[in-house]
Amino acid sequence: MAVEAAGRDATGRGSTRQRNDNNAMDTGQLERFMTKQWLRTFLVLLVGSVVLAGCAGTGTQRQPTEPSEEPVETPDTTTAPVAPPAQTPEVDENRNPYIPGTTRLMDRVFYFGFDQSVLSPDDLATLEMHATFLRNNPDRSIVIEGHADERGTREYNLALGERRADSIRSFLVSAGVSPRQMEIVSYGEERPEDPGHDESAWSRNRRAVLIYR
Amino acid sequence: MSGKAVLILLLTAVFLPAGAGAAESLDTIIIDEGYDKQTRIAVVPFQKGPEFAGEAEMADIVAFDLSRSGQFAPLERDNMLSLPGRPEQVLFRDWRVLGMEYVVIGNLQTQSSGDTRVRFWLFDVVNGRQMLAGEVTGTRAQWRDMAHEIADDLFEAITGIRGAFATKILYVLSQNAGSPAARYSLEMADSDGERSRTLVSSDQPIMSPSWAPDGRRVAYVTWQNDRQIIVVLDLTTGQRETYSRFSGINGSPVFSPDGRSLVMVLSRDGNPEIYVMNLADRSLRRLTRHYAIDTEPSFSPDGRYVIFTSDRVGAPQIYRIELATNELERLTWEGGYNARARLLPDGRHLVYVHRRNGRDYIAWHDLERDDVRVLTGTSLGQDESPSLAPNGTMLMYATLDRGRGILAVVSIDGRVKYRLPSSSGDVREPAWSPYLDFRML
Repeated sequence: MAVEAAGRDATGRGSTRQRNDNNAMDTGQLERFMTKQWLRTFLVLLVGSVVLAGCAGTGTQRQPTEPSEEPVETPDTTTAPVAPPAQTPEVDENRNPYIPGTTRLMDRVFYFGFDQSVLSPDDLATLEMHATFLRNNPDRSIVIEGHADERGTREYNLALGERRADSIRSFLVSAGVSPRQMEIVSYGEERPEDPGHDESAWSRNRRAVLIYR
Repeated sequence: MSGKAVLILLLTAVFLPAGAGAAESLDTIIIDEGYDKQTRIAVVPFQKGPEFAGEAEMADIVAFDLSRSGQFAPLERDNMLSLPGRPEQVLFRDWRVLGMEYVVIGNLQTQSSGDTRVRFWLFDVVNGRQMLAGEVTGTRAQWRDMAHEIADDLFEAITGIRGAFATKILYVLSQNAGSPAARYSLEMADSDGERSRTLVSSDQPIMSPSWAPDGRRVAYVTWQNDRQIIVVLDLTTGQRETYSRFSGINGSPVFSPDGRSLVMVLSRDGNPEIYVMNLADRSLRRLTRHYAIDTEPSFSPDGRYVIFTSDRVGAPQIYRIELATNELERLTWEGGYNARARLLPDGRHLVYVHRRNGRDYIAWHDLERDDVRVLTGTSLGQDESPSLAPNGTMLMYATLDRGRGILAVVSIDGRVKYRLPSSSGDVREPAWSPYLDFRML
């Protein structure tokens, strides 16, 4: 299974967490996957993008593209079940949610630009999936960790990390998740994913991480 | 001076099992002794009996203290013409020939209690007179304390400024960052980096250590169950008490000059704001109300003001709020990034992190003349966390050296620099203690 997360961050490197989670799909792949699977199956039933977004959890801002005939890198999409059978687990042994109908975990790490706390449009589809899962599982809760790179003072970075976590929380609240299901914590620059001191490390350290409890 | 009171640190409760032993001491590497005219002083090896053969030469510790200040050039022992140990043995012409301005002698005796008594004298060679006679007593475990106390007395006698060698530093040691085995500890060492010991060790990050003005308590920040918390560690009892665990940020604790309150950053109301907590009843007073990031507070030495960093103009700058009136004043105008300020003991000068051409340096700022100078301009520009010695003559900060976090010291006029690297891992966030009226054991 491919584990690269091209387009995820400026360096084109996937995060350690992503690798560990064996979380294969980047958002581009995800979108194509969603489009292909759900559109192919439900095209007649679906009236518009809003319904699609609601069902499949793709980004609400996005118009579904026409069914793609180009080869999709995602393996075995043709054999994926049309509708998830009842026995497909929703979560893994660590209680992290799978992308519905697959055995791939939802991406839980989201990256940010330098000194920025604005969500990348590429992350919205994944966050919608988390929102759907949390809405459907009101007993589950998450901690949203915010992190910063090492540039700037430590205390200031604590605030920046919190803003990043808060961006995610605000998005999930707007997507209908109860605030009671979420807590945010900032680690500032204190818990780098990559301990290096260059742009490649910094881009991996400016992040927010969803931790399912 | 007789022996100081001894504070026994009861820290067994916070020591961790296996593998978390005391870290190695910090090394000292002098980089730049920038003074054109350094005071020439001879610190003669102290006279002693064979029972002290295994101990470090106290005169060397004293001389190294003085030389680190940048203001003194101690004479090499090999160049000394005589080695007096008592006042009547001092021949001024021996020292005049060598161009010395001052000479220090001393001798060591074992008292009936088993303690060591060190008597020392300072002579003005130019005028041929004794300037100071003193003594310190202590155990072998207090060897370095005694040497630093002697250096403090000599420094004050010659410069008129109280010495700050017999002080401590706190710092954070990080090991295996970025891996599941990441380990963080709060360390305490002598101001020269020697005798480091671990106060707290954790798999959770530790940050923002700061001293209570009495030197007996230490505040720091860590995380527990996905929450950031502010902890006060009592060095005399080893007790750790959590003072703040609100939702969101609980950061930047700094004691007030009277030791009765902590100024801190809380984001419990949705945004980082500055609060003052009364430690007795834990009541909070909110000082700032702004959607910007307000952080990194500290008190002015007279306790009338709190200075802090705010990005309310779009970039971090230093502000000052008067506690009695809530009147706010912006202090920094030069440059687009000024943060983590501390006031000098005179209350009229600031040091802070100042960004220039995308690099972070430590700057000194004369508030009355609005004069800003970069103190660490020869560094690579990754400097942070300035912390002042209690006499305001030196400041310690954190920087990077070949990708490794180290501590460094610069004199307040920028002329003297030395570094304190650690062989154990990345070190950062130094906090220089206040003057201590006791010895820690």
